This record gives sequence, C-alpha cells and structure tokens, in this order.
Amino acid sequence: MKNQNNFNSLPLSPSVDKVGVEERVSRFQKRSIKTNSKMDGLKMVLNMIDLTTLEGKDTPGKVRQMCYKAIHLHDSFPGLPTVAAVCVYPSMVGLAKSMVKDSGVKVASVSTAFPSGQAPLDVKITDTKYAVDQGADEIDMVISRGKFLAGEYAFVFDEIAQIKEVCGQARLKVILETGELATLDNVRKASDLAIYAGADFIKTSTGKIQPAATMQVTYTMLMAIRDYYDETGIMIGMKPAGGISNSKLALHNLVMVKELLGDEWLTNEWFRFGASSLANDVLMQILKTDTGKYQSSDYFTID
Amino acid sequence: MTSKNKNWEYSPSLESTGHIKLKKKYDLFINGKWVKSASKKYFKTINPNDEKLLAEISHANQKDVDLAVNSARKAYDTVWSKMPANERGKYIYRIARIMQERAKELAVIESLDSGKPIREARDIDIPLACNHFFYYAGWADKLDYAFPNRKTKPLGVAGQIIPWNFPLLMAAWKIAPALAAGNTVVLKPAETTSLTALKLAEIIEESGLPAGVVNIITGHGDTGASIVNHPDINKIAFTGSTGVGKIIQKAIAGTDKKATLELGGKSANIIFDDAPLDQAIEGIVNGIFFNQGHVCCAGSRLFVQENIADKVIRKLKHRMKSLVVGNPLDKNTDVGAINSKEQLQIINKYIKLGKKEGAEIYQSECSIPKKGFFCPPTIFTNVAQSSIIVQEEIFGPVLTIQTFRTVDEVIQKANNTPFGLAAGVWTDKGSRIFNLTTKLKAGVVWANTYNKFDPASPFGGYKESGFGREGGMHGLSAYLKLS
Repeated sequence: MKNQNNFNSLPLSPSVDKVGVEERVSRFQKRSIKTNSKMDGLKMVLNMIDLTTLEGKDTPGKVRQMCYKAIHLHDSFPGLPTVAAVCVYPSMVGLAKSMVKDSGVKVASVSTAFPSGQAPLDVKITDTKYAVDQGADEIDMVISRGKFLAGEYAFVFDEIAQIKEVCGQARLKVILETGELATLDNVRKASDLAIYAGADFIKTSTGKIQPAATMQVTYTMLMAIRDYYDETGIMIGMKPAGGISNSKLALHNLVMVKELLGDEWLTNEWFRFGASSLANDVLMQILKTDTGKYQSSDYFTID
Repeated sequence: MTSKNKNWEYSPSLESTGHIKLKKKYDLFINGKWVKSASKKYFKTINPNDEKLLAEISHANQKDVDLAVNSARKAYDTVWSKMPANERGKYIYRIARIMQERAKELAVIESLDSGKPIREARDIDIPLACNHFFYYAGWADKLDYAFPNRKTKPLGVAGQIIPWNFPLLMAAWKIAPALAAGNTVVLKPAETTSLTALKLAEIIEESGLPAGVVNIITGHGDTGASIVNHPDINKIAFTGSTGVGKIIQKAIAGTDKKATLELGGKSANIIFDDAPLDQAIEGIVNGIFFNQGHVCCAGSRLFVQENIADKVIRKLKHRMKSLVVGNPLDKNTDVGAINSKEQLQIINKYIKLGKKEGAEIYQSECSIPKKGFFCPPTIFTNVAQSSIIVQEEIFGPVLTIQTFRTVDEVIQKANNTPFGLAAGVWTDKGSRIFNLTTKLKAGVVWANTYNKFDPASPFGGYKESGFGREGGMHGLSAYLKLS
C-alpha cells in the first residue's frame, strides 16, 4: 500500500511562500457561512472534536466526567452528535475506554514521552504499547523536533515507522509541534516525512506550545495531504490542535478542508479538532441559531 | 461514529441592497450642477447578473461637451489654479473621506452595475479608490518636493475617458492626480458602468468642491470623441482598448494635447520549477480570474516550465473546482458576471476559435446562472505562440498555457507580443527574479504575486499597451508641466 515506509521514497518537499499562504488563508476566512450551512457545519464540528485533557493533575474523576460529557454534549437539545474521541494520557486509557464503551466515541492516547518526545526509542515504544494494550483506538505521538531541527530526518522518519508498527490496529496521529518548527517550509517537510513514514493522521500541536494550529500551518499540512493523495490515492487525516477555541475559526477550518481536499475529508474519520473549550462555543452557536438568542456560558456544562 | 458524508454547500449569502440610493434617471454633472443633456437622449444601464434595468443615463452630445469643457476652463482660470495648494489638498481629502463613509453603498452599486463580485468591490475596488484620493491629496502642496529643482505648473483642462472594468477605481486614478496637480477635469465613464462615477459626482457635490473643477458627463463613444477632439482640452487620459487608443493618438496628432494611454495587454505569468507551487497556482487564479478576467494586466498567458507542467495543470484544475461562479452580490462569489452581452460574445468567439485552433479546453464544472452574462473559468492547453488565442487580448476568464524549457526561451516568448503591460515571475530564487525583471518588457513585473496595486506604485505599459504612467510620482508628473 504505502511506499514501504522507505526513507528513500521521501520526495523533495516544495517550497512554501508565507505571504502567499496568508493571502490564500484570508480567502477562506471571507467565506460567508450562513443559515443551513452554518448549522450543518457546527454539527460537523462537534462530531470532529477530540475532547482533550492532558494535564499532570488529571485524575480518574476528571477523566470520568469528561467522558460523560463526550457522549452527552447537551442532552436538553436533541439531535446533537457525540464528539469524535476523548484524548488522554496512557495512564487514563483503560478508564476512558470503560466509560465510552460502545457509544462510538473513540479513545485517543498521547504517547512517545508526550509532549517533548525527549526519551529513548525503547521508552517511546513501551509507552505506546501500554496505551494500545489498554485499548486505545488512536495514538497521538510526537516527533523528535530536536532531531528534525538538527537535520536528522532519517532518525525522525524511522522513529515514526517503528511506532506505527507498535500501533497495530490503532490509528497513528503524528504531532509535528509546528510551533517549534518555526517555518512553513519546515512544517511542509515534517508533514511529508510523517506521511511517508506511516502516519494515518498528521496533527499540528501538543497544545503546550504557542503558536499552535494557525490556519497557515493547517493549510500547509493540508497541501501535503493533497499532494500525497494525488500521488498515491491514499487519504491521510488532519488534526489541528490548540488555539481553535471558537466556532468561527472552526468553520473556517472546515471551509479550508472542503476547498483543498474535498467533501470526502469532511468526516471525523479524516478530520479532527483537538480542543477542550471549542465544544461549548459551538453549542452556544447552535442554540443561538435555534432560539435566536445567545445564552450565558452558565447554561453549558464544563467537564 | 462516522457522520454522514453528504456534501457541505455554502448557503446563499446575499449582500443587502436596501441601503443604496439610485435615481431613476441621471443627468450630467456640469459646473457643479445636474443638467439635462442637450441631446435629450437617455440610455439604459442594466445589471449584468439578471439584465434588469438599474437606471437611465444621459447621452451627452457635442453641446454638452462644450459646456463641460468651458466650465472646466472657467474653474481652472478663476478658482482652481489660483487656490493655495494646501486648500486644494483639503478638498481632495474631503472627497476621500466621504467616499470612505459611503464605501458600502459604492461597493454594492459597483457590483450591481459592473457584475464584479461584491467581495472584490468591497475589499479591492472601493478601498483602493479611496486610497488614491488620500495619496494624491497629500502631494497637492508638496509638488516642489516631488520634483526638486524644477518648477511645476498644471496643464489646464484634462479630458479623461475610463473603461468599464474598474469604474470607480479608474475614476479615482484619473481625477485624484489631476486635481492634486492643479488641473480641472471633464470625465466620461464607460457607457455600461456610469453609476459609481455619478455617485462620485454626488460626493464631489457634497464636498463643496468649487463648481466646474470636476465635470462628469456620460455617453457613448461619440461623447468620448467629442472630448478628445475638443480644442480647449490640454490633456487626454485614456484607459481602454488598444483600438480606441490608436484612434485617439491619430486624433490628437499635430495638436499640443498631452496624453497618457493605458491600453490592452496579454501579460505573461511565468512559473519556474522551483516556485512555491501552491501559491503560484493561487497567483495564476488571481491573475486571470480576478474580475472575470476583465483586467488589462491580466496574466492571460501562462508559461510553465515543462518538467512541472502536468502537476501545475492538475493543481490548477483542482483549484478551479472551488471557484464559485454566480450572483455577484453573493459574498461567496469568486467569479461574477461578464460586464455586457457584447463582451460575452467576444469571449465566446475566442473560446470557439481556440477549439478550432486545436487547443485543449478545460472549463470549471460549475453551475452557470440561466439569466445574465456568465462565462465559466476556462483554460486552454496545447497552444503555441502562433495561436490567435495566445496573441490577442480576450478580456475574459480565459487562460492559455504554454510550456518552456529555459530562462532565455521564456523571456523571448514573454516579450514576443505587441503588448507590454505586466508580467509575473514565480521562483524561489532571488537572483532569477532580478534577471527577469530587467529583461521582461512590461510596465509592471510582479514577483511571487500578481495583480497587486498601490497608489504609490506607477502603472503603465510598453508598446501597444500604451504610454505614460499612473500612480505614484510618475502619475503626478503626467499632469504637470515641469521646467
């Protein structure tokens, strides 16, 4: 299927012009999303969210409550979808799994010494294996940004390929941590590298570093996905994470996905938002569209 | 868990028109007043989106032109040339500010009358038009600094004839520098797009500009001819077709009228294999589909290095899928209506010719409204330098794509045209950009961008694209006698 995860098959990444990207992105932001397309879009956004808690202070209680919210976003308003997944640390995977059961909500686990990735490969493999054994449906790994910036691309490539092997049936999301890569040229190079090394999804950020999922960065990664699809016919998923905290920005992201990749990508199988506060803003917008009035944030639950 | 995978469409999002004020009939704006045309004739201006009547416009004849030129002369002699320069500047600033205040109304009317997407009228035409007034207002009392050690003197009465592709913007390009330099003006907008110029006349009226300094008269080609041939005009500024440009040049030969002519083009947009490709695709789209391709400097000849041609064409076709063609007033429309039935016929004639010449055609798979004048974005591959569609200006959303092998070859081919208005160069290599900008015979060369305009930057052509520059200090000097 894929090019045998061979580093030598990695193509030369095209250059990226930042000014041009900004101009293109501003066009997505000028699309006017109203009435039906707004409602459909907002529901799609809800269904694409990876509801996330990644804190040192995470406890079973916190995770349990978040998992409940993932399935019951706003029960007083019928017809809402669930989120796509909950995203937790490996230690919480088992618990999360037992909470979401057969709701359709997936459990994603970060791994490979998240968020820095500064650990030896065998530790990263053990970390990932544990999460998979606990029942994680998806693995969100981080790349070794230090190695990448030092030009050791083959190292980064091999690491991703090895983690992919450990994943088995779990889908692999590769976090580039674009805030540390500094240039869009680097973002593009890292995207190509991750995709050719076996990523099922590429993801912008850990959420721990700013800037995170800017539209410019997401655009650059989507173009890598587009080019790979044109080359091979294989779809890769995309997950902007961090910084997308309101509905408008989320809808602009959907516009971008639609116009760059097509409607095939507009499902949570191929597109996700990594976010913790986005869901409530979207709920607020959905209820406003329905009732014509904005409600106070006290009417939306925090879990 | 996967949600339904139906297509997500953008619901219509129409700009409202409730706030605009249009009269049923427009007279001529001469000597600060609205006067009925001596011809007593009116012609209709329609919305190219649905062919509905917008207003009736006066058809000015020789008598009206005489009246307008005489008022301009009188205003020049008695008021405008005597007024302190900083006072002149104040009026120009005032016009700019009122335009800004009424930007939304101007944008909607521009879109209604010309067929251009509201997004472009709102974000490009109107703000740029305001900026031109602001920019030249600043120069009014600094002419001696613009041209150090030289004496500046206005020319007198300027006759200005503008096209239908950027109606208000072209009016601003013409009027603002003329006023700043101390001239008075008789301006004629194009017959299909007179409305925003007439709105500008209302704004000028509101600004309190002394009567006769700006006269705006409407009409057809004969009205324009009367302006060009009027003996008391000192300067002709024309933007339009090369054909009419040639007639004007013949008409003023042997007179002491000064002229700037901004005419047609067939500009080359050149993509090298090291270019940031996805941004270059955007540049191609911007170059040819901006304003339905009704742009004199449109990048209508695309040159792609042969080793990336397939990839570029694939990407371009994919990008064209997401262009929304339709009602210009919809905020999501990317490509609006062709300005007139006549222009649509010209474009269709060229599309037919292209097919006959054996070129391979690709058009966006988009739904085209049944009413109104529309043309889907179109590209032709498999063309040669000797194809007619590569040589002649089409002035529509039609792109021809040629391939090249080397830098020398592409420079030679890009310059191998009677036109020379603009060019685009896409490459990651700075040295190559400078090499090309010095060798391409075009008034403007854009590097890694296209169709960028700024009041401070001069614009104009070589060869059959005309002469003289508009914008910047160059644009100012075109309205001054320097000694």
